Amino acid sequence: MISNPPILQVRDLVKKFGAVVAANDINVDISKGEIVGIIGANGAGKTCFVNMVTGYLPPTAGSIKFEGEELVGLETRKITHAGISRSFQVSQVFHSMTVGENLMIALAIANNRALDALSLMDTPELRSKLDNVLNRYKLNAQKDTTVSALAQGVRKLLDIAMAVVSKPRILLLDEPTSGISVEEKFDFMDIVMGALKEDGVTVLFVEHDMEIVARYVSRVLAFYQGEIIADMPPKKALADKKVQEFVIGKEHHKKKK
Amino acid sequence: MFNDKTSKFLLVAGLLLILGGAFAPNWIVNQFMFGFSRALAILGLMVLWRTGLVSFGHAFYFGLGAYAVAILDIKLGVTDVFLRLIAGALVAGTAGFLVGFIMRNYRNIFFAMLNTAISMVLFGIVVKTEALGSTDGFAISMSTILGVSPETKYPLFVIITLVGMVAAILVNYYLKTTFGKLTTAIRDNEIRVEYLGFSVAHAIHLKYSISAILAGGAGALMAMSLGQVDPESMINWTVSGELVFITILSGPGNVIAPFIGSLVFEVLRTYAFELAPQAWQLIMGATFLTIIFFIPGGIWSVLEKIGGKKNDK
Repeated sequence: MISNPPILQVRDLVKKFGAVVAANDINVDISKGEIVGIIGANGAGKTCFVNMVTGYLPPTAGSIKFEGEELVGLETRKITHAGISRSFQVSQVFHSMTVGENLMIALAIANNRALDALSLMDTPELRSKLDNVLNRYKLNAQKDTTVSALAQGVRKLLDIAMAVVSKPRILLLDEPTSGISVEEKFDFMDIVMGALKEDGVTVLFVEHDMEIVARYVSRVLAFYQGEIIADMPPKKALADKKVQEFVIGKEHHKKKK
Repeated sequence: MFNDKTSKFLLVAGLLLILGGAFAPNWIVNQFMFGFSRALAILGLMVLWRTGLVSFGHAFYFGLGAYAVAILDIKLGVTDVFLRLIAGALVAGTAGFLVGFIMRNYRNIFFAMLNTAISMVLFGIVVKTEALGSTDGFAISMSTILGVSPETKYPLFVIITLVGMVAAILVNYYLKTTFGKLTTAIRDNEIRVEYLGFSVAHAIHLKYSISAILAGGAGALMAMSLGQVDPESMINWTVSGELVFITILSGPGNVIAPFIGSLVFEVLRTYAFELAPQAWQLIMGATFLTIIFFIPGGIWSVLEKIGGKKNDK
């Protein structure tokens, strides 16, 4: 299944919260350009996995290597510098600023302008980059709208757009379609995945919606009780008995009936 | 740097004030000197406030700046206004940089009260140390300007106004840089700033150091304006309280606000004291409550509404 050399290597990854084991000896390789869906019931360890890869949570044991470089122990911003970025289940944006200002800050930091205290943020170069991002993520109409006045779906788009401006090689999305209406979810994912494919970004995303998983991913990692119980293409995964029983819950419902 | 409305206004207003000061009576010149000296510290507190941080202990840096002037005067006979100003800002800035390693790890009430604690330690040391003037403090000789001893306080007023103008223009410019824009970003969401690849701790450390330099400069200018320093009026927690009071009174909207707020505070305190010498704090307290309840954006927000325009951030 893995054709390219792995860009991300996870070995013997363990995370314990007291007696609770949130990650139990996880081993997985992710290849460059893959679109990987991470599925699992609530509490299966999906977000914990994303948090460990992005440095938000330190693992209890194990190794996470990105292009050969060990990530465990690195601060979150160093992991961003290395080339891994993320979005959040609850959008993490600057709520008192406009969409344009949010993206300008992201662009300015990504362009290392923050290291130069004498650089004005609002430059023609950054403005041109801003226009580009606004176009690609269809955020033009909301450019001057304050985030607190935005709909949930637009905040999610902004959150992802901010994560992408640093040109990461791996992007982790934590439940990108949560809080987005059924009618909007495919349009939303088309915008996001279209933009990410153009950039050739390797994407891992946590998702509960199996329609989204079936449509957009090339590989599924199914989590159950902190372990990966299935690692296969989406069609096969969604038909897998274990996945149906422990992730989708079909067996469970049948038994109940 | 001078291409926006705020900077142009500061330049014109500063020059007009300098011209007007030549014809103004001494008591007005004094009010402006005290007000503009304090405004420098308020500029620094405004930067912190925009970052979501409030310090209840910046009298520590204000006092360090003032005492640097006094000690240089008494021990080394330094009277030059520029050397005194630089020394005050430098001493406070160095202290702010060192203390910043601790402060950058704290937020909210812990940040506010840790600053108070540090300022009270300095207050205690000064009060108990005879060599530092104890409770009486020191009288400071008149400042000289490049070797010339002025006969009136007007030249010092000119310098304080110019220093205030330059500091405000620099802070205004700073707020437009990426570092400056990070103030609001950090207040809104530290997690996102870190995930964008920037260290929140480093950014706060820088802002804290800037605020310490400005408070130190303010203390030095105040010491020169008053001609004396003592722990009660330079380092005590009530001084920190006054600085926070003026910051809230001014509002965080624009770098011009601290200058207006400081002047209003000076006038308010003077008249409150004249009207009710035994209960002037009552008038100040009532004003503070009015500001918090009715104009939380401070004087600047009122001016914005009157002007009917967005502030020039």
